[in-house]
Amino acid sequence: MSVSPGNLQRWKPGPLLPREDDREVSLGFVVAVLCFLACLAAVTGLAANRAADGWARQLRGEATVQVRPRVGETETAAAGRAAEALAGVKGVSEAAALERDKAEKLLKPWIGEASLKDLPIPQLVTVELDPRHPATARDLKRALDMAGVDGDVDDHSRWLTDVERSAGVVRWGIAGLFALMAAAAGAVVAFATRAGMAAQKDLVEVLHLSGARDDYIAGLFQLRFAKLAALAGFAGAAAAALAMALLKSLGGGDGFTPVLPLAWSDLLAVSPCPLVAATVAVLAARATTLRLLHRSP
Amino acid sequence: MSRNAADHAASLGAENEFSRSDSAVVRFENVGLRYGRAPEVLKDVGFTLTTGSFHFLTGPSGAGKSSLLKLIYLANRPTRGSVALFGEDVERLKRKDLPAMRRRIGVVFQEYRLLDHLSAFDNAALPLRLSGRKPASYREDVAELLTWVGLGQRMHALPRTLSGGEQQRLAIARAVVNRPELILADEPTGNVDHEMSLRIIRLFVELNRLGCTVVIASHDEELVARSRMPVLYLDRGRLKRAAQMGAEPDPGPDPEPESDYGPEDDER
Repeated sequence: MSVSPGNLQRWKPGPLLPREDDREVSLGFVVAVLCFLACLAAVTGLAANRAADGWARQLRGEATVQVRPRVGETETAAAGRAAEALAGVKGVSEAAALERDKAEKLLKPWIGEASLKDLPIPQLVTVELDPRHPATARDLKRALDMAGVDGDVDDHSRWLTDVERSAGVVRWGIAGLFALMAAAAGAVVAFATRAGMAAQKDLVEVLHLSGARDDYIAGLFQLRFAKLAALAGFAGAAAAALAMALLKSLGGGDGFTPVLPLAWSDLLAVSPCPLVAATVAVLAARATTLRLLHRSP
Repeated sequence: MSRNAADHAASLGAENEFSRSDSAVVRFENVGLRYGRAPEVLKDVGFTLTTGSFHFLTGPSGAGKSSLLKLIYLANRPTRGSVALFGEDVERLKRKDLPAMRRRIGVVFQEYRLLDHLSAFDNAALPLRLSGRKPASYREDVAELLTWVGLGQRMHALPRTLSGGEQQRLAIARAVVNRPELILADEPTGNVDHEMSLRIIRLFVELNRLGCTVVIASHDEELVARSRMPVLYLDRGRLKRAAQMGAEPDPGPDPEPESDYGPEDDER
């Protein structure tokens, strides 16, 4: 082909790395699957976190008082006095004695109907706390003492600790999954970089001997794998968002299960995925390329 | 060579820094090289190449010619002895300084090592691209150089579509495009016919006249003898006196060559 001045003006340097081969298509698929799983984990983690927050908020907003009547006093009268005393405490929204019928109803699933009538059921007062400035267990106990009511206050702190511990386990579990998938993606990219450098051994050597800096050669592989990982990350994130949206749509207003509430805004959590995938790919490709190049003179 | 090509060639030489006071471009002292635990392929090699000199590196097959060239173009390090390039001991150079050193050396590899996915133009422009120059600043020069080596009509062809001679000339164009001070060619006439061999050697002679230091590895004894250039003769890894090749054994300042490979009068 002859070269005219016009041709020459339009000339742009060709890509130094040859176009991707089948290996890179496979790599893209693996990274996309890893991103898909990571995004599912992230969105599930957000939903689990929200569920744990909800349970904790519910537990923090309530307290239960078990009342022991004085000699000659009925349980109902003692509970009534306790409820009256507790209702006046600052930080309490409402206090009410739990009627025996309701208490029996709560116990029935565990104990059965037959033995309930003969069973001494403790008299309970349920206390709803002001969510903004809740009264403490000590405030409630002091109010009971002042009213001359003998009773034990349960502010659900034991359950709260359990719920918070469980939420923590879920959070760390999700973070661990994330780290594992990022490491797997990094390892896959590192493997592909090594394979790519082996396939382009001649090219790398010619560049090296023609005066290319290590950074420059590493940059070629970084850019190649960053683009690939960003694209795969986008595909994986989009698939995960679609899957979660489908589950939410099919699962009713509270998400795919009532105990794991999913919000539409949670789907935004997948948006950094392409950037994170590209960053992992850049770091893996760079480390691999520089390590291999440093073996050459 | 046409007037334009001659002008371009002149400009290649004019912009080189060949008037350095330290005239040793390459200095080997007691150099030995072995690969792994194998016997040494180079033994006690010592020589000096001065600025603007022209040498053939010859010897039988397996004598260590390519290994010696690899030491010069920094593809290998000696296992003993010292190699100095442009007055600097290679062992003392930091890794980050090596690319700049390599850019002062143009290499014509034995198997050409052209990049198959890039056009002839891109291949020739590679060293300039690697030095960080903008394409607009060198595309005219590259086009002119390719015309000079006779590839003006084949600039956008892929290497695999070029003939052996064309690939060879493209490899030479890539080696000289950034105006290196030292040109190394490993068997540049190995895969071409006699007429093309003469033309290629004439090209190197011309580059040498413009100031480049040139080392050509070749096992073609007839070609070397006709050149009447100084010869480095390797035999089983040792550098021998090379009087039988019609060359001075001690590579001192380059004499004005009176060889059969004077500049071409005609166009290709």
